[in-house]
Amino acid sequence: MTDYSKIRYILATDCGSTTTKAIYIEKQGDVYRLVNRGEAPTTVEAPAEDVTRGVLNAVSELEELIGRKLLKDNEILISSSDKEGVEVYLSTSSAGGGLQMMVAGVVKSMTGESAQRAALGAGAIVMDVIASNDGRLPHEKIEAIRRLRPDMILLSGGIDGGTISHVVELAELIAAADPKPRFGAGFALPVIYAGNINARAEVEKTLGGKTALESVANIRPVLEKENLGPARQKIHDLFMEHVMAQAPGYKKLMSWTLVPIMPTPGAVGAIIQTIAKKYDISVIGVDIGGATTDVFSVFKDPDSEEIVFNRTVSANLGLSYSISNVVAETGLPNIMRWVPVHMDETELRNAIRNKMIRPTTIPSTLLELIVEQAISREALRLAFEQHKSLAVGLKGVQKQRTISDAFDQTSTGESLVDLMALEILVGSGGVLSHAPRRAQAAIMLVDAFQPQGITMLAVDSIFMMPQLGVLATINEKAATDVFEKDCLIYLGSCVAVTGLVKPGTAVMKYKISLPSGPVEGELMAGQIKLLPLGLDETAEGELTPLRGLDLGEGPGKPKLATLRGGVVGLMLDGRGRPFSLPDDDKERVKKLVEWFTELKLYEHIPGE
Amino acid sequence: MATAYTPGLKVLTEAVIRKDRLLPLDGEVLVKKGDKVKATDIVAETYLPGNVVTVNIANKLGISPEDVPGAMKVAIGEKVTEGQAIAEMKSFFGLLSNKCESSTDGTVENISSVTGQVILREAPLPVQVTSYLDGLVSEVYPRKGIQVETTATFVQGIFGIGREAHGELVLRAEDPNTILEASTIKPEDKGKILLGGSIVTAEALKKAMEVGVVGIVVGGFNDKDLRDFLGYDLGVAITGNEEGITLIVTEGFGKMRMAQATFDLLKSRCGMMASINGATQIRAGVIRPEIIIPLTGVKTQRDVDKEKEKSPGLAIGSRIRAIREPYFGRLGEVISMPAELRKLETEAMVRVLEAKFDDGTIAVIPRANVELIET
Repeated sequence: MTDYSKIRYILATDCGSTTTKAIYIEKQGDVYRLVNRGEAPTTVEAPAEDVTRGVLNAVSELEELIGRKLLKDNEILISSSDKEGVEVYLSTSSAGGGLQMMVAGVVKSMTGESAQRAALGAGAIVMDVIASNDGRLPHEKIEAIRRLRPDMILLSGGIDGGTISHVVELAELIAAADPKPRFGAGFALPVIYAGNINARAEVEKTLGGKTALESVANIRPVLEKENLGPARQKIHDLFMEHVMAQAPGYKKLMSWTLVPIMPTPGAVGAIIQTIAKKYDISVIGVDIGGATTDVFSVFKDPDSEEIVFNRTVSANLGLSYSISNVVAETGLPNIMRWVPVHMDETELRNAIRNKMIRPTTIPSTLLELIVEQAISREALRLAFEQHKSLAVGLKGVQKQRTISDAFDQTSTGESLVDLMALEILVGSGGVLSHAPRRAQAAIMLVDAFQPQGITMLAVDSIFMMPQLGVLATINEKAATDVFEKDCLIYLGSCVAVTGLVKPGTAVMKYKISLPSGPVEGELMAGQIKLLPLGLDETAEGELTPLRGLDLGEGPGKPKLATLRGGVVGLMLDGRGRPFSLPDDDKERVKKLVEWFTELKLYEHIPGE
Repeated sequence: MATAYTPGLKVLTEAVIRKDRLLPLDGEVLVKKGDKVKATDIVAETYLPGNVVTVNIANKLGISPEDVPGAMKVAIGEKVTEGQAIAEMKSFFGLLSNKCESSTDGTVENISSVTGQVILREAPLPVQVTSYLDGLVSEVYPRKGIQVETTATFVQGIFGIGREAHGELVLRAEDPNTILEASTIKPEDKGKILLGGSIVTAEALKKAMEVGVVGIVVGGFNDKDLRDFLGYDLGVAITGNEEGITLIVTEGFGKMRMAQATFDLLKSRCGMMASINGATQIRAGVIRPEIIIPLTGVKTQRDVDKEKEKSPGLAIGSRIRAIREPYFGRLGEVISMPAELRKLETEAMVRVLEAKFDDGTIAVIPRANVELIET
């Protein structure tokens, strides 16, 4: 096996749905350090239709910035020279981006709907529900499959032991459609069969040769029960293995890289687990991209005491390709509640839609930035809701739900995600890593996730966690050095009282020994206070929640803690948990302006 | 030199266009390689079995099932028409007659002396594929369809709704900034494709549908009006099956002055037949709406297969269009591409370029916010 422990010059890329990022790492003395990064739009669309084009563009930009030749003859220059080239090139990819699938069930209101719930719960967009009784003729269903080009199909139907003819007919229909993927020849469409187990053999016979077919447990084994977990998990896994990685030009990219290309969520998950293990802490990480928002959590299972890692990919939420879906899911009012400026609805809708149709553009005015950050709060919030509902215990078993449970989709107390126990919340992805002021990233994370008690906030400085994740597979020291020194930016701690707060009342007393001198006071309901506590600084705090509110020790019980600082500072959040914005519009704007000003979010607030 | 590349939409004066025209189920191809075809010609078809209609003769005539075959006036395989008597029972020494009529046009498929029912099969349902373009059949896929090829003006839109449509392209705008209002639309626009300017109003769209206009090509459209038209908020941009009219937007959402080159090119083709498709999929593996105007009989420069040419990428001297506010739609040329990052109003540090717009003004724009003009 080759020894990569002595490598000195490393190039790594991540091909996102919208942007391709290239980083260059050098060994300086005994330590690996990031030197610089370049980026360019991902080139999966016509006319390029080749993801390596975007890679070359990103690396070309990097070349200019570092003054070192990295390319030769339109390929990565692999060399052990001190003057040019790199010794290793690695990559991650999510360039396929987004998961848009079709589901099929025998009866529209039964297996059809269950299949739809399975797909939505897995973070997919459901483009169409085909059912034997949906009123369409066979050729219309076939045309729909061909026209829509789903990334994946979930086929269900029939209770276990029941008749097989209807679900086999649906399989025959899919076979007749001969569905083609969005791009690339030689890529078989993933089809998941989650229906009557007695029909598996026939379905396999019909679809096995034409698609990448996998069978899982029936989502409706009997009429009265719904079992969505196995299908959801399989959708997730196949998405990562097949769809995300199959961009045009992928084969060429594979021939350039030293080790197999990792799907981006896999790589980010690997690094998140590294943090959690190294510091023995509970972590939530989020990567908000153009097409998807991926959430990762590491918590202790209260029953087994074991550490459990969960990952969800919300392929229906993102800030470019999926931006209009965020709006459609949450509604324009939910987005506008975070914007302290009144905007004409027509103009705003047009602006968001224009971002959707031109996903690689970036905000250049302050108001556009504020709106995009408002949308990202909602995308993060929705992705987190999905994550909480999917996070499972150690054995990965989802409870078999009865049908009445299925209609009552509230998140259960069985979710492993414990926001009070959460120690660090890490954000990654363009809108967070590239937020012009770090405080913007901090407040987006806090508003969306609403962490409770004391939580450290951090961002991936330039969005390089995927590359470090894949680098760790050949040189853990290199990955860890860069991670610790260059990747993670600690923003500071957020101290948030939990419980509903009453306007006009004090919610917490605090006494904190800051390096600049001791401070004490009362935090009011709805107030955010930012105290100066810098990177690598700590302060001893005596915090007393008032009126039955909780900081982790129990209602009204004081907490003594060593508070850690960061580039933003120490944030005291008196808005309560859960918090919501004032209903009155004037009050809402007043509060937003107050918070934005306290946190020094923007140079000025448009309209002020 | 940086070779950063920003993809743009195609606006081609002349290009060879090839389209596969395929049946959803195996059937019969009606043309052969080399045939000239028109856009509305049916080039392949198949038939689905007609619907089944059951007639309970025994009940209707009040006879027992085993007597039904004897009462029939038609045989298996025979065609029948709606209202035609298919069975009759005479009684009272032949003086009284009770008839059973067919409820539909069809063929007698089965007569059962067990159930007393007759199965009628309605006429087969045709499933047909048209050529979509005026052109030549360049390939035949046996039992599946054809490839049609034509030399045409080819323009891509940025977003569209609606299906394939075909009709004469007519000018309904003075310039690329004109608003297409309801008052502009005339009864003689039925079956036509209207070329507008910067935007079509919701009222104009409604009137166009009432008149029977088959398509509209325009610079922009309000998303609010789109939601009202569709009846729902479009989550992900996947369209192409909407009923009523085909709408193609060339620039974006809102009132957007159509790019001069696009407007001039389409204007020069008014009076000619166009094939359009509003189908859009904004996702990796993008599908853009299109306007194709076959050039048969039009004097053009020698044809060049523009699709095969590779664009050189963004560079000094490149013609670009700004695709985001505050310079949306403005055309210009790249005059420099600084290597160092620059600060925007948002305080973000990004790669920029310096552009000189056609009106002479110079601006610094993020590289991500321009597109190359492909001609």
